[in-house]
Order: sequence, then structure tokens, then C-alpha cells
Amino acid sequence: MERGAVKKFAEAIGDLHPIYVDEETGKNSRFGTNIAPPTFPRVFDYGVIEGLHLPNKGLIHGEQSFHYKRPLLVGEDIFCYSEVTGYSEKSGTQGKMGFLLLQSFGEDPSGQIIFTSKSTVIISEAVRRELISQ
Amino acid sequence: MKLAELQAGESLESTQLDPVTRLDLIKYAGASGDYNPIHTIDEEAKKAGLPGIIAHGMWTMGNLSKLFTSFYEEGYMEDYLIRFKGMVFLNDSITLKAVLHEKEGNKLHFKVAAVNQDDREVIKGTVVFVQYE
Repeated sequence: MERGAVKKFAEAIGDLHPIYVDEETGKNSRFGTNIAPPTFPRVFDYGVIEGLHLPNKGLIHGEQSFHYKRPLLVGEDIFCYSEVTGYSEKSGTQGKMGFLLLQSFGEDPSGQIIFTSKSTVIISEAVRRELISQ
Repeated sequence: MKLAELQAGESLESTQLDPVTRLDLIKYAGASGDYNPIHTIDEEAKKAGLPGIIAHGMWTMGNLSKLFTSFYEEGYMEDYLIRFKGMVFLNDSITLKAVLHEKEGNKLHFKVAAVNQDDREVIKGTVVFVQYE
């Protein structure tokens, strides 16, 4: 959890609150250090899921959730990974759409979960066809 | 104000963001690592069938979370769930809202949303804010 990355992220969401960026405020807080905004896990590297090749274009973010045991602390190490937890298809006016469910995890060095997040990614008919033809 | 004093049905002070600029989205791309070009490059957005570049859904979700930032000494956000309902375009004027739906022990259940200048919800969801004992 790099201080600079947290600051850059806080600035990008227009939330340069001292609890995220001011060292004194962090030290004097109940956490003893600065914390990160709840959507900061967007920044983490969750590795690669073998066989999953999603394009970086043409996907729609449908839903997103975060569940925390506690806030993320600046300076701590977090171990991240993600899983595909489901896939379904629905027919609509735009053709058949795919709904991909991904779950991501962040653990402390002892393996305790700090946060989990879930994403629903909607794959349009056009992109779905392209993926199948590959 | 303290969250502990808030009653069900009452709202946090809503916040109106400045109109969305390209620089906002370039900054978010850099800070988040999400470089999908539909958020920053007009031609790429048009190729994708959009009238223009759109904000990252996570940019709006990140902005909405700041309604709770000043209450970190009272508790923390245990759950934050968002459904992305509409696109946010350049120059859109977004307002952030949170209303306390229910108190359940030390958990405060909020309904949250971001609406655009036409009062249309662009994202909508729930926050569970846990108060420290």
C-alpha cells in the first residue's frame, strides 16, 4: 500500500481528505497510520486467471461491491487474487449477453481476509461472438 | 455532525461535483490503471458506438464514497454495493446522495446514489457503515 498511490487515487476521486494523505492525521487517528479509500482495490494486481482472455474493450461494468473487515492501511502488504465465480447468458433486445461474475480477495501476510470484492461484467453480443470465434 | 446522531430517513449533506472534464478521467485512468480508451479518447468512444467519452463507473463509485470519509473515526464502510445504471458524459453535473435507511445495532444501512443534471440515477446502491463499539 504505497503512500503515493493512495494519494494519487484520492486525488483522482476528488477526496484528498487528511486521513488518506496527511501523515500527522494518520498517526493521530485510531489506525495509527493513513488509510485508503474503499474503492482503492481497483488499483491492485490480481494476477492472471488461466484461460480467461477478456478484451479490454466492449465490456460493461454492471455491478461492483466491496466487503471489508477493516479499512486498508497505508504501508501494509496485501496479497491479492481473483476467481471466476459464475457465468450466465440472457437473451435481450441486443442479442445474447454474457454475465461474468468475478470475485477478488485481499489478504494480510498471515492469510486473513481484509476485503473481498465482486464484479459483474456484461459481455455484449458482438464481443461474445468475437470471443467464441477465437 | 456525527453519524450516530442521524435518524432513519435523514440524509447526509449531498455534494455536487464540478462538471466532468477529460482531465478528471485521464487522472482516474492513471491512478486506477484502467486505460480503456472509451474513457479518454473521443474516436475510441465513437468506435464503441458512444456519443463521446464516458466516465469510468468506478470513478463515479469512488466519488460517491467520499460522503462517508469524514466519519472514519466513528466507524468504517463494511459493505459498499453499486449498480451502474447510466453513463456519465463530459460536462455532466453529478450530485452525490446518501440517506440513512435503517439502523441495526451498530450498523447503519444507507441508500446511496449519484444523479446527473437531469436527476437521472447513474449509479445506485447501498452502504453498510459499521460503528466502532
